[in-house]
Amino acid sequence: MIFYIVRRVLYSIPIALSVGLVCFLLVYISPGDPISAIAPPDAPAEMIAQLRRDYGLDKPLPEQFLIWLGRVVQGDLGHSLATGRSVWGEVSVALQNTVSLAVAACTLAFALGMLLGGLAAAFRDTWVDRLAMTIAVAGVSVPHYWLGMLLVAVFAVTYPLAPSMGAGPGGTFVWDWAHLPFLILPMVTLSAIPLGLVARTVRGTVIEILHQDFITTLRGKGLRSGGILLHVAKNAAPSVLAVMGLQLGYLMGGSILVETVFSWPGTGFLLNSAIFQRDIPLLQGTILVLALLFVALNLVVDLGQALLDPRIKR
Amino acid sequence: MSALQAQSQPQSQPLVKVRDLNVAFVSKEATLHAVNGVDFDLAPKETLCILGESGSGKSVTLRSLMRLHPPKRTRITGTILVDGTDIVAASERELSSIRGRLVSMIFQEPMTALDPVFTIGKQITETIRRHEGVSQQEAQRRALDLLELVQIPSARQRLDAYPHELSGGLRQRAMIAVALSVRPKLLLADEPTTALDATVQIQVLLLLKRIQAELGMGVIFVTHDLGVAGEIADRIAVMYAGRFIEEAPTEPLLEAPEHPYVEGLLGATVTPASRGRRLTAIPGSPPNLRTLPEGCAFAPRCTYVVPACRAAVPDLLATAPERTVRCIRPAGLRPPMPPAMALAAEERAP
Amino acid sequence: MTLIAAKDTPATDTRAPEKAERPQGYWQGVGKRVLRDKATMFCLLVLLLMFLAIVFAPLIAPYDPYVGSMARRLRPVGTPGYLLGTDELGRDMLTRLLYGGRLSWFIGIMPVAIAFVIGSSLGVIAGFAGGWLNMLIMRATDVFYAFPSVLLAVAVSGALGPGIFNAILALTLVFIPPLIRISESTTAGVRALDYVEAARATGASPFTIIRVHVLPNVMGPIFVYATGLISVAMILGAGLSFLGLGTRPPEAEWGLMLNTLRTSLYNKPLLAMLPGICIFVTSICFNMVSDGLRGAMEVKN
Repeated sequence: MIFYIVRRVLYSIPIALSVGLVCFLLVYISPGDPISAIAPPDAPAEMIAQLRRDYGLDKPLPEQFLIWLGRVVQGDLGHSLATGRSVWGEVSVALQNTVSLAVAACTLAFALGMLLGGLAAAFRDTWVDRLAMTIAVAGVSVPHYWLGMLLVAVFAVTYPLAPSMGAGPGGTFVWDWAHLPFLILPMVTLSAIPLGLVARTVRGTVIEILHQDFITTLRGKGLRSGGILLHVAKNAAPSVLAVMGLQLGYLMGGSILVETVFSWPGTGFLLNSAIFQRDIPLLQGTILVLALLFVALNLVVDLGQALLDPRIKR
Repeated sequence: MSALQAQSQPQSQPLVKVRDLNVAFVSKEATLHAVNGVDFDLAPKETLCILGESGSGKSVTLRSLMRLHPPKRTRITGTILVDGTDIVAASERELSSIRGRLVSMIFQEPMTALDPVFTIGKQITETIRRHEGVSQQEAQRRALDLLELVQIPSARQRLDAYPHELSGGLRQRAMIAVALSVRPKLLLADEPTTALDATVQIQVLLLLKRIQAELGMGVIFVTHDLGVAGEIADRIAVMYAGRFIEEAPTEPLLEAPEHPYVEGLLGATVTPASRGRRLTAIPGSPPNLRTLPEGCAFAPRCTYVVPACRAAVPDLLATAPERTVRCIRPAGLRPPMPPAMALAAEERAP
Repeated sequence: MTLIAAKDTPATDTRAPEKAERPQGYWQGVGKRVLRDKATMFCLLVLLLMFLAIVFAPLIAPYDPYVGSMARRLRPVGTPGYLLGTDELGRDMLTRLLYGGRLSWFIGIMPVAIAFVIGSSLGVIAGFAGGWLNMLIMRATDVFYAFPSVLLAVAVSGALGPGIFNAILALTLVFIPPLIRISESTTAGVRALDYVEAARATGASPFTIIRVHVLPNVMGPIFVYATGLISVAMILGAGLSFLGLGTRPPEAEWGLMLNTLRTSLYNKPLLAMLPGICIFVTSICFNMVSDGLRGAMEVKN
């Protein structure tokens, strides 16, 4: 077991490095001279020359990567071209807002998704199943940015029940009553797709489990529904957890569309402005942080699965 | 009735009483008649073996004794009494109380029949606690005793083992321990040794015999293996197309079968005496349970068939005090055949 | 002494002859089951109608998609002459939606198609070859899997700049890894089957084995998986345009239209919703068809 953990953690390292490489290369695939990506447009010649030296732009690519890597490891992600502030500073603030939103949406998606999926599996091929799965398909197929617009149209314009912009007073989200109303619409919007996915996955997993031979043994022992449910839950847990982790990662990394609709001051929103202002350091830094977070999350999920399923060992 | 009187008639009430059992599975496409009129009794410490090929209905019969079929698609008619309890009439709630406590079952493939993510110990203790509500500690203690009863070495460590960590034979013993958690009066075994190696098979069979004697249980065993049946059964009932076609105590049946099908089965078995001789195989294949013929189900494959066989399903004939056979031309009652047919029959018989 | 009874003969089905012709029989069975599935057939019909509508857009659209007049801007749905109203620049919505469908479908299907070809080839090779080749391909795939798909699409697209070509490139890159993964796992599963082992034992060349035994068995599931990806591609593609990264004005495309109509959300909500409804309907139909195909291919005893 210990070996598995160590191996899995060690494996993340080359992955993280490769992620870094991809982010590093992003600058190079964007059109134009790399220097224009990192220097403000009106920079004087000496500054440009200085930047060239600092970033080693006149050195061969692999060496540039190492220089960049060195800075990243020390926490220096560069400075935003638009605001001049450190990228890490901007990202860390935005990240909190995104994580709050993502966790809230994920929790909602999970609670409802497991309920729908579980009911669908228990009442298989009845109207309950069909209804639940229709909701699930709708959830998976909906363009969530459009759903956001729809919710805004209904709940902010037609029946003003919830705010539709921003995260509340102070420009950033805090877990208190003043800010909570701002969370509602974005949270519901973001949870739509994971909800559908979780419902479908849970249904499939539970049905598969219910077909296993040991379920007959459990009935044969005289276990009541509650006892059998425990067995089903524990058998389903690894798969469900995996989906949960993955979805949380997607929500954190992929929140840009919803955050744009609601002007939610998270990393997605930051990405959006970075793209529009061609603020490459900010773009690069945000992507790097989000991707590394995703890698870490995947690691946690894999380890969690190994802990829950005794068959996964060395 | 006084206790003394009750004691003096210990075997009068059968543990299991089955009358006219019919089980059908209904689906949109067709109805499958798995069991078609089965009657039998089981005395309290008796071992009955139901023998048959796959598709004969033997597993379905066994599972009927605790109604373990999917409730929606299954139609059960007839009477099933286990220790006086009416199984057919029982509600789901009553059944869940009966299963495991009064009647218990062990299955063919222990690897898939045990939950892979729970330890052996947990799977035993949860059964004990479900039926007897004792504390976790007490349940653990009893689980340990059970593992020792089924002769699993290093029982204490094995309590915390997962099914995939045990060998096939130990897994099967663990499953037996689970089934015996609350000392059932009736143990049902669905091909429990089929998935095991030959050497392990014999050990498990002997274990079952010993446990049965120790706990005083009735055992109904389902198998397609004559050798296994011969090893531990007191009585054998041979099943074909959902009906009992011959029933007799073990030795007499194996030595002198009466039904042509059973004769064929014994003729097809491999023994040292078979060396140098061709094995007889029963021609044809078992009938489709969705479309059973009107007469005897074995008629299409039978050597001794006559037109009367196809007219109606033969009734059970009592050929000896404890023997019945469902055939109008069983071994002892066949009139001599014309020479040509006799020659052909002899060529096929051992 | 152990007596062994005659070998178990399973109860035969009266329809036994079909077993000999199983390869054709299987697909015929799949086809029949799909035809019987009302929900799937309905969605296929809807998709077909949509497809025809957008292909024949130049013939059936009442107006020019680029011509608009500010005097006619934001007419509501149901205005005589403009069935679905006009957008923020006075262009007819129905026309814009029809023409927009062409780009949206193109951006949705193209990346999946390309990724299908590349991904399944790499995946089948990886699954069949095993060893270091498998490791190489799968580890490279893992790196791309380390990015959430939206992030990767936005990152690549953002770095490359706006434009349809860039969007398609970014999306293709996003869909290649999942297709590699599913191709690899399906192929590895098939490769382990007995009859493939038998083929190898008789000395058949790897290409023959892949062509004859592996491909027919893996292409089905991979294809069905790919159809499920189309809806994601469409949503993502339109999403990129929504962010300003894909299609650029004055092109008509559903995602872009959602973006430009966003500001009108407050006074003309229905109008602003229309392009999204198109995306939603297309997406749900593709998903239903994909589900139906998958259900038809799962043969249950």
